[in-house]
Amino acid sequence: MFAVETLNQGPGSPGQLWMQWVPLSWQPAAAALLGAATIVAVFAGLFALTTWLERKGLARIQNRPGPNRVGPAGLLQPAADGLKMLLKEDIRPWAADPWVHTLAPLLKVVPVFCALAVIPFGRHLVALHLDAGLVFFLAMGAITEVALFMAGWGSRNKYSLLGAMRAIAQLISYEVPLALAALTAVLAAGSLSLPAIVDSQAGWYPGGLARWHVFTPWGLAGLVLFFIGTTAKANRAPFDLPEGESEIIAGHLVEYSGFKYALFFLGEYLLLFGYSAVGITLFLGGWRAPFAWLDWIPSPAWFALKLLACIAWFIWLRGTVPRLRADQLMHFAWKFLLPLGLLANAAALLWQATAGWDFAGASLLRWGLAGGLVLVPYQVLGRMLLGAAAGRPRHYRFAD
Amino acid sequence: METAFTVLALGMLVAAAAAMSLRNLIHCALCLVGAFGGAAGLFLTLGAEFVAFAQVLVYVGAISILIVFALLLTSTRAVETAQPWVPPRGLGPTVAGLVTGLLLAAVGLSPGLPEKTAATSAVSVQELGRELLTRQAPALLAVGLLLTAALIGAVVVALREPPPTSGKEEPPA
Repeated sequence: MFAVETLNQGPGSPGQLWMQWVPLSWQPAAAALLGAATIVAVFAGLFALTTWLERKGLARIQNRPGPNRVGPAGLLQPAADGLKMLLKEDIRPWAADPWVHTLAPLLKVVPVFCALAVIPFGRHLVALHLDAGLVFFLAMGAITEVALFMAGWGSRNKYSLLGAMRAIAQLISYEVPLALAALTAVLAAGSLSLPAIVDSQAGWYPGGLARWHVFTPWGLAGLVLFFIGTTAKANRAPFDLPEGESEIIAGHLVEYSGFKYALFFLGEYLLLFGYSAVGITLFLGGWRAPFAWLDWIPSPAWFALKLLACIAWFIWLRGTVPRLRADQLMHFAWKFLLPLGLLANAAALLWQATAGWDFAGASLLRWGLAGGLVLVPYQVLGRMLLGAAAGRPRHYRFAD
Repeated sequence: METAFTVLALGMLVAAAAAMSLRNLIHCALCLVGAFGGAAGLFLTLGAEFVAFAQVLVYVGAISILIVFALLLTSTRAVETAQPWVPPRGLGPTVAGLVTGLLLAAVGLSPGLPEKTAATSAVSVQELGRELLTRQAPALLAVGLLLTAALIGAVVVALREPPPTSGKEEPPA
């Protein structure tokens, strides 16, 4: 038990040693600085690692080696890319709006770094414990919409503006199912604070399986909805219409070069990490271990493992799924995800209401009721939206 | 706390003044976003975390985008407006005066706030939610109905009647 506690305290102890040297009156400021510096360093490093992982993963899917020239297995490629971005000339178009064009990349990155502060990365590892942490996270995520608009409009380029309009329409639409999916976990935990939501998933089912929300019917539906929303919010394939290289030559990024361009990518990946981390916190037990006999592994390691698994999943998705059309994007969000999000909440309420049932086969009945509440409309709604196409055999024009 | 209030209030005033006086409408909208952000900061200095974050989520994230969308979608084509029965120059001050008067009257007629005591602590989100769903539920429902009516109205306005059959294919919606 002592060893587990030491391992859990591990990431925090260098900070505590450092804090002993700081005068008492400066300690709050120093602690805040330390937390902020750690988050910035760790997630910027993860960004560098993810660019390499993503290029390697996509290359593997497409049967080519990927980056393999800089460093062992191309591992130093992110450093080379960063250096190149720093040395490139920063070009601002003559017609662009100087202030709006310059401020947009900052407004894209800074709120996302702030949002990462409320996520509990380990047992005692949360930089900012807020009563309304989830709302803070969603609010910070919403600021990026303004940043994208500023980038698109400030560039004074029609492709930029088209990209920005696409981006805003997409972000606003997918915000709704995302928030509804997050609401299911809030309903179950009775709190908006992320550490409290992790605590609500404590304990084990008989057999040693953790009581994560994803192991309930509404939690599974919520997780799927949340990660679909995350893909859309982070502008990743199949929801990368705002960039759409083959249609609108990278949208709001057209007129950006050098490090401002890199900042947009940093912001996009940080958003992906942040939303994945919140998805893990809400449904996948946060930093908790999946099985009782694995509980001795330190909590930050579990969180890192889950986060890397989510990133791998998003890389896989990007390599396999083609881009949606704009009308498909809107129909999917408003006609399919929104009703399913509401139903997932109804299922969560039903699950809560029937928690007291205590007869033979009660849990099976609960699973059937709550699962059917989501699954039956999923099938019916899907078939209705597909129309006649649902009955026909599939025909692939270029792959048959 | 005093310094934070002064800085935020001054920033809000500057942003609001800029939002009213700049030539470019998009710049005005972006300055308005700054003013919304300042209001969220003021809520934070008052210890109202939830309201501050909701302010950012709703106003900075959604309302500002709504304004910008409205600007971009309307400025390119000529908007047909009916001749108002009040001259436009008089309309603004009249509406502003009415709203200000209503607010002042509401504040003046309401009973004074309770004195701050040592026992008063920051309201938690749970208390806020419980209050909204019990004592303030009629107001919440009324606001919900209003928003639903506005949504239906927007759909009705945006809904285009299908043109009489002319043999042509309908343009994609």
